[in-house]
Amino acid sequence: MRRATTDPAWARWLLTGIALAFLGCFLVLPLAVVFIEAFSKGIPYFLAAVREPDAMAAIRLTLMTVAIVLPANVVFGIAAAWAIGKFKFKGKSLLTTLIDLPFAVSPVISGLVFVLVFGAQGWVGPWLIDHNIRIIFAVPGIVLATAFVTFPFVARELIPLMQAQGTDEEYSAVTLGANGWQTFWRVTLPNIKWGLFYGVILCNARAMGEFGAVSVVSGHIRGETNTIPLHVEILYNEYNAVGAFAVASLLALLALGTLVVKSVIEWRQSASP
Amino acid sequence: MSIEAHGIRKKFGSYTALDGVDLNVPQGKLVALLGPSGSGKTTLLRIIAGLEFPDAGSGRVLFHGDDVTDVPAGKRRVGFVFQHYALFRHMSVLENVAFGLRVRRRRDRPSSSAIIERAHRLLELVQLDGLAGRFPSQLSGGERQRVALARALAVEPKVLLLDEPFGALDARVRKDLRRWLRRFHDEIQLTTIFVTHDQEEALEIADEVVIMNKAHVEQVGTPQQVYDKPASPFVYQFLGNVNVLKAPALVPPRRPGPPDHEAADTQIYVRPHDIALTPHDAGGEGLSAIVRHIHAAGPYAKLLIEQVQSREHVEVEISRSELADMGLQVNDLVRMRLRQTHSFDEDYAI
Repeated sequence: MRRATTDPAWARWLLTGIALAFLGCFLVLPLAVVFIEAFSKGIPYFLAAVREPDAMAAIRLTLMTVAIVLPANVVFGIAAAWAIGKFKFKGKSLLTTLIDLPFAVSPVISGLVFVLVFGAQGWVGPWLIDHNIRIIFAVPGIVLATAFVTFPFVARELIPLMQAQGTDEEYSAVTLGANGWQTFWRVTLPNIKWGLFYGVILCNARAMGEFGAVSVVSGHIRGETNTIPLHVEILYNEYNAVGAFAVASLLALLALGTLVVKSVIEWRQSASP
Repeated sequence: MSIEAHGIRKKFGSYTALDGVDLNVPQGKLVALLGPSGSGKTTLLRIIAGLEFPDAGSGRVLFHGDDVTDVPAGKRRVGFVFQHYALFRHMSVLENVAFGLRVRRRRDRPSSSAIIERAHRLLELVQLDGLAGRFPSQLSGGERQRVALARALAVEPKVLLLDEPFGALDARVRKDLRRWLRRFHDEIQLTTIFVTHDQEEALEIADEVVIMNKAHVEQVGTPQQVYDKPASPFVYQFLGNVNVLKAPALVPPRRPGPPDHEAADTQIYVRPHDIALTPHDAGGEGLSAIVRHIHAAGPYAKLLIEQVQSREHVEVEISRSELADMGLQVNDLVRMRLRQTHSFDEDYAI
């Protein structure tokens, strides 16, 4: 029997076809090209491109940046979401807007802001040079820019969750004699753990893949201030397509891995009560 | 343990939730805080629990004579049951009940096996031991309510505070559970305050009812006292259906002559079941009225009658057999007599 909500067969096939074609052209094909190109000269060539000292330096720098940025943004994100989701105070909507700022501003502008503040001609640049502190065109600048751009991910994920959960469970814990720390570890944190995990994954993916802001502050010094995305760009500009794709495939693998973890989390989330 | 509150004031911004409220709950009683939403009853309960604090310098809260106004909630030994239970959703029923013991400092904390045993005993007390391994989302509303109660009792509270304990349940479960709560209270003899907006609930199970309105306490008394001797028109209207009638239409002027202006402002309060109806032809006392509407589905027949003289509409409740005996139809003429009335004008007695 035909239901009122069922379209004719040709319409269904057409719409499904368009959606699949779109997915194929814009998602599957580019991803496939990355891997095909990366391995086009064989596995030994791929391994050589990845193990090359400058590539290894880029991978190390990216991992180090993530290792600093991620914990910082997790702590900040939880603190901000806790304040916004569970308390009433003046300036709350302003804080919410500020957290969104890195999403709204182009990453290139974000990078430029750091150059204008910390660069040689910037506000505090001369003072920094006098004290022999390097931020721009050095690792601290890269960490700062990455932290700024990935700022909202954890907080954005947690704010709606904490708002929806309200404060009754925390109040319950308090009347049962729990102190603030116990309330946080035993009640608040377990309730947001999947949302937090999800925010961490997104934050991690973006921190590793960030190009624009990092490009402005890094200075592209090979083996020193090149992250994986910047290294890919350099290799590509030098017509080393296979090398570029080999390193890029690492990022693509990360993206795929992230998607797998995310799906597993969502599956766990819908399975657990 | 007795609970006292003196001169409690609480403002939220420009909104006054409590304006100098006093409360006295004797040891071992079950007391209802009854009032419409926005009357301040939940705020008062939260102040007693230590979840809110009275405005600076306004009032004190005493437990058994000791000032606890500045004691934090966790140290007051109160069991608080939230309106929506606020069970820990990621913990099993057993762990919910065990929580209050698990967060104790090491030297006060029983061993893990003792905690689990105690939690099981409490679940038996609320008749839910079979559900110890379930999660809150797998329970019905009534079961969640009882888990919340068991959790609150685990810390051996000196007082039990319940915020709209039956508010989120459907009508049948509400009735069962409130009778159960009454029996439960008689068993454990713990000083208990519960907040409700349902006058039937309060009158049925409480030892004492505290009626609140607009940040004030209107009246305190046993259910019978507040029902039979309401202290204000608000209490009278809040505790049941009521007809408000203009006095002169019902009572002849006290002395002959020009109309009595004092009495003209007076209003008479009468409950629908305190009005007697007789067929008009039978004669006798009473004011003439016309039956306008009859609603006879239910234990009582509810009639809407229009008084001939003043054209005021009056709601009347009579038994269905009475209605059948009189054979009343819409548009019939009847006589109505007020068996019991109230008036809040001090100079005026009927």
